[in-house]
Amino acid sequence: MAGMIKVNAEICKGCGLCIDACPQEILAIGDQANARGYFPVKAVQPEKCAGCSFCALICPDMALEIYRREEEQVR
Amino acid sequence: MKALMKGNEAIAEAALQAGCRLFFGYPITPSTEIPEYMARKMKTVGGSYLQAESEVAAINMAYGAAAAGERVMTATSSPGFSLMQEGISYIFAAELPVVIVDVMRHGPGLGGLGATQADYFQLTKGGGHGDYHPLVLAPSTVTEMVELTYEAFDLADYYRNPVILALEGISGQMMEPVEFPLYEAKKLPPKTWAATGIGHKPKVNIGSYTLSNEVGEAHNLHWEKKIEQIRASEQRFDEYLMEDAEYAFVAFGISGRIAESAVDLLRAEGIRLGLFRPISLWPFPVAGLDKRRNQIKGWLSVELSAGQMVEDVRLAVKGSAPVQFFGRQGGMTPEPEEVARVFKSLFADGGKRG
Amino acid sequence: MKAVFTKTKGLTDTPFHYCPGCTHGVIHRLTAEVLVEMDLLERAIGVAPVGCTGFCENYFACDMVGAAHGRAIAVATGVKRARPGSFVFSLQGDGDGAAIGLAETISAAVRGEKITSIFVNNAIYGMTGGQMSPTTLVGQKTSTSPYGRDRDATGQPLDLPLLVSQVEGAAYVASVSVESPKEIIATKKALRKAFAIQEAGLGYSFVSILSTCPTTWGMTPVEALAWLKTAMKPRFRMGELKAPTAKEVEQ
Repeated sequence: MAGMIKVNAEICKGCGLCIDACPQEILAIGDQANARGYFPVKAVQPEKCAGCSFCALICPDMALEIYRREEEQVR
Repeated sequence: MKALMKGNEAIAEAALQAGCRLFFGYPITPSTEIPEYMARKMKTVGGSYLQAESEVAAINMAYGAAAAGERVMTATSSPGFSLMQEGISYIFAAELPVVIVDVMRHGPGLGGLGATQADYFQLTKGGGHGDYHPLVLAPSTVTEMVELTYEAFDLADYYRNPVILALEGISGQMMEPVEFPLYEAKKLPPKTWAATGIGHKPKVNIGSYTLSNEVGEAHNLHWEKKIEQIRASEQRFDEYLMEDAEYAFVAFGISGRIAESAVDLLRAEGIRLGLFRPISLWPFPVAGLDKRRNQIKGWLSVELSAGQMVEDVRLAVKGSAPVQFFGRQGGMTPEPEEVARVFKSLFADGGKRG
Repeated sequence: MKAVFTKTKGLTDTPFHYCPGCTHGVIHRLTAEVLVEMDLLERAIGVAPVGCTGFCENYFACDMVGAAHGRAIAVATGVKRARPGSFVFSLQGDGDGAAIGLAETISAAVRGEKITSIFVNNAIYGMTGGQMSPTTLVGQKTSTSPYGRDRDATGQPLDLPLLVSQVEGAAYVASVSVESPKEIIATKKALRKAFAIQEAGLGYSFVSILSTCPTTWGMTPVEALAWLKTAMKPRFRMGELKAPTAKEVEQ
């Protein structure tokens, strides 16, 4: 997997915009409620993540951080 | 510098001398000489004059300039002053220093250009929403307009509160020789609270909403303390022949000048009259009046209205003597002889046999 | 792993109070990101309206001034005139900028006021619970147009950016939206251009951003994005409605 989504579960309101925006259907509503009673999203197919950041771009609450693996140095 | 100037223009010049470099206004007779003067002179002192699209916009522009930490003034006349009430309530609640001039013209409605003092309630009881008080100063001569304008800017900055100069259309249009004493800025704390950018100081928010009632009440109690402080230390008044007076007029602004002449007329007839002239309409000068309560047998509130300040006089006199009212309306102003005649009719014994 | 998307330092740590899926949050993020990327944050003074965005003073890291409803642009004018060296932006909803504050909006454009107005259009009064606004669509049901907005009684949606673009003093007017990552990127570009116009002192810059209100539209957040695209966008002129010519920008 080239990319990774880090969810801030306390900030996420489970609005679902990221789920809709992700071209790989990586995200889904989790089953654990956060302190505010929302059900934050979870990466259910994390291995498919390429780090495109679509989910983070559409997130209204900045609940997602996106990471990408550094390209291997070609020896 | 000594000059023969209209009241309005003297106020504008005094504001510039007090370091005001921002003016937002809207044309409305009889106050328009103030924005006109600012339009001419602001450039010469590197200041900024802007004519807004309405008094509503003008007062909110003044709010913005004050929030950014600059001395700012606006000027209007009664109908425009009505449009500014929401803005003044916001200015108070955001604790912003703004100087506002209300050159009163008679109403209600479109009314006319004649003199009035019928904005008294709106000025002193709060024309906008919520518990708040601007400081209200009422000059009666062009010289006093200059002094009170200087003070208005210092008071506004010191208390972070709106300060209003209230005068009648006649006074604003009246020309008198006037000098401009050197404005000496009082030592005031720097405006670290202002929104000037986080480049050189921590972030600030200027505003006035509260989502929780607890915080709401805390704010109101804080403002109440400020109001008490202003009430205790900013009462201003002047007295004319009150030392040995048995009866007293209470009158401010142009009515104060007329009443002063009436005092002389009645004194000539052996009736010992005096004039108690409030200069701060809010806070009403209760302390000064209280000192005279046991001495004065009858008070006459002389106003250009249907009777507004008389209520505050009655509150201050606390029933220790009768308080009567005489007023002219619709732009009319009484002659001193008329005031004297009315006094004698209202106080039948007239103190002659006292 | 290298971070490619993290929260901008143009925003504080205060979580947003907005309803789940409300794209006000996206617009705040874009605004804050551009302030940081253009190195404006330290000189920025934002003016908050009254409405859902009225509580945003704690979200932005820069100084914020709260204005009365409809008066954000007048307040912003006062701030800019008092501190011409600062970067001043106003935030408004469609009620604030197109109804009660319409005169302020047009007058600022007439003056070519060197501020940037961000006009968030979700075709409804959100904070007060979903009433009709000047940009509500014909037939759109709200709590004060329960039978759908009636053209005869209350006219048609006001295309405010189109109106503003007719005014000489408006140097840059863009009408954008945030219903997809692609549009969000375009919105950020428009904000960047608008901010640059202010910095260059070319006049008034106005960015209208179509946004959603899932709660009072009575839709899920995802449905709201779709409704924005299919129902709202056809009703408003989109894109860069006015921009200075390249020559003007150079001067």
